[in-house]
Amino acid sequence: MKAGIWSFDSNPEGRHRRGAAWRKGLFAVTVLGIVALVTLLLNILNGAFGYAALEARVDPASLAVDGVPLEEQSREQLVALLQATLSSGAFNKLNTDKPFSERSRTNVYDLVLERIVRPDIRETWNLWESLTRLSEIRAFTQSEFPEARLQFINWLNPRFVTRPQTSEALTAGVRTAILGSLWTILFAILLAFPIGVSAAIYLEEFATDNRLTRLIRTNINNLAGVPSIVYGILGLAIFVRALEPLTSGEVFGIVNPTTANGRTVLSAGLTLGLLVLPLIIINAQEAIRAVPQSLRQASYGIGATKWQTIWSHVLPGALPGILTGTILAISRAIGETAPLVVVGASTAISFDPASPFSKFTTLPIQIYQWTARPQAEFRSLAAAASLVLLGLLLSLNAAAILLRNRYSRRS
Amino acid sequence: MTAPPASLDGQFPSRTVNLRGRRRVSETVILAFLFLCGFFSILVTVGIVYELGKESLLLCRLPEFSVFKSLTSTRWQPHTGNFGIWPLANATLMTTATAMLLAIPLGLASAIYMSEYASARARSVLKPILEVLAGIPTIVYGYFALTFMTPLLRSIFGRDVVGIYNTGSAGLVMGILILPLIASMSEDALAAVPRSLREAAFAMGATRLEVALQVVVPAALSGIAAAIIIGVSRAIGETMIVAVAAGAGPNFTFNPFEGAETITGHIVRISGGDLSYDSVDYNSIFGLALLLFLVTLGLNLVSQRFVRRFREVYE
Repeated sequence: MKAGIWSFDSNPEGRHRRGAAWRKGLFAVTVLGIVALVTLLLNILNGAFGYAALEARVDPASLAVDGVPLEEQSREQLVALLQATLSSGAFNKLNTDKPFSERSRTNVYDLVLERIVRPDIRETWNLWESLTRLSEIRAFTQSEFPEARLQFINWLNPRFVTRPQTSEALTAGVRTAILGSLWTILFAILLAFPIGVSAAIYLEEFATDNRLTRLIRTNINNLAGVPSIVYGILGLAIFVRALEPLTSGEVFGIVNPTTANGRTVLSAGLTLGLLVLPLIIINAQEAIRAVPQSLRQASYGIGATKWQTIWSHVLPGALPGILTGTILAISRAIGETAPLVVVGASTAISFDPASPFSKFTTLPIQIYQWTARPQAEFRSLAAAASLVLLGLLLSLNAAAILLRNRYSRRS
Repeated sequence: MTAPPASLDGQFPSRTVNLRGRRRVSETVILAFLFLCGFFSILVTVGIVYELGKESLLLCRLPEFSVFKSLTSTRWQPHTGNFGIWPLANATLMTTATAMLLAIPLGLASAIYMSEYASARARSVLKPILEVLAGIPTIVYGYFALTFMTPLLRSIFGRDVVGIYNTGSAGLVMGILILPLIASMSEDALAAVPRSLREAAFAMGATRLEVALQVVVPAALSGIAAAIIIGVSRAIGETMIVAVAAGAGPNFTFNPFEGAETITGHIVRISGGDLSYDSVDYNSIFGLALLLFLVTLGLNLVSQRFVRRFREVYE
């Protein structure tokens, strides 16, 4: 090698000095990864909290009854207020959605805020601005929106997680999206787990080294590298379009006008299933390969058949590894956005998915739609939803790590 | 099986021992099922190629479509019969190039640090952090690009220069996304270089840096090349960052501070709207997806070849 010669005649001190400088540089660059991660997280936190200037269309103080402020009124009083203020049609529609007798006080109070008080967001500030420039914010609000009330909003509140999606930033929640994510993941796993593990067993335990096996192996590696959006296109062509009678539930006699012609939870789940299939196969293969050969030989030695050996000895040994791989595949699927946009996620649904043939939205899609809107308050919602998504992924990964640790301790 | 010797035959006249396993129907059924599952992955590939090919063929049959024109024209307006691929392809190339400019040097540097310098403890901290970075959903990176990187670029270069949507910001954030991939794959390649090579170089009086840069890195070069190619393939197929931050609308520009739509970004925008079957838009996104599929497939195959060559040398 020619490159090796030039350094031979330079002085050792200089070489060591250069080595030390490079070492510092390399370390700094490596730390940059950590800096990026921290910046990303801080940026999301920064968006999820902060002051907002709210301008109510109806002053809540004017709604006090007998000196009892709005916040302290009972459910019956609030219902009466709704009945008196809303048109009878709107009131009846709310009652048909869910009878007022069954609604909780919080729910009715939210309705009063949403339908009567109707606070509008005039301006929002992120956490950093809220902490460092509070006096400026106060002055700005006073001069620009004298009617407005300044309120510190924690966008990631418990009600954000339990409320359905709405078009108003203040009352929007991610329950629909979380449920949609869970439904799609369920179908993805139902498709990918049995097929993936079976394929891995075939490739590791049965397949002989011939041309077809090599083709399957190469193909699986290639599928793992196909961009996720291509799977979305495949899902659109096959599940949404070609198999529409099946994925919209027509075959099962379910005629539901809300099933948007095959753009259902089922189609989305199956698409994600195809997407994670190669990951599950590759991880399961590794787990099966890690089971010691002696276990198999001992089983054969006492006369077990090949399948008995696999079922009773290989699979139990490989199960923690297979499950770890599956959890990692799930966390990949939960974060996927692009294929589901292509398959046809709904832009606005406020009801929970109730069957495989419901329309769907998922957490990442919700984040995408909120991020894409120009108003700043929806960016805050996107940040809060991102935190929910990251929390979900964190708990999944923690589960995977726990499994892996238990597994490695035993072997 | 060969027949047992005649003398033994005489000794056990009434019992013939058959050592061959009995054929069990259930085992054959199971094997057939397992094989079908293994074969399923081939069906997925065939499905991708068939569906993409079928719709792309419909696109090619359109009277106003010609391959030559679409490869030379810089106008992408399927409705008016302009299928010039360059506005979209150019934006994809720009974001990919920006991402790789960031990810290759930084990823390689951290790989070298982790493999050649870091103590086992430091590595046990650094590697999981990179894994976490790689596991964050790309839509969150998209949010990061739009709400952090773009304002940052705008405050550095000026609001008049940098647009709200621009390929530069999307590319830089994509670089952060690709960095852990390149770092981790390259680190694996560096760690697989045999110790004997390093020890020989140390014995000749080389410093740690010289060993790393002049012995280990050249020895792991094909593994590093594989990592870079996989990184490029990931960057080309990456969708949500560019869909959020790079801009909507095909735009043929070499200015990284202007908005431009990439191939993936275009597919997402078109399919997110009202898309009717068999329209020009529908066929054209299948054509674009076929292009994406072929390019990434080619890159992945090349990368696998590099990995195989690397394994042949050292494993």
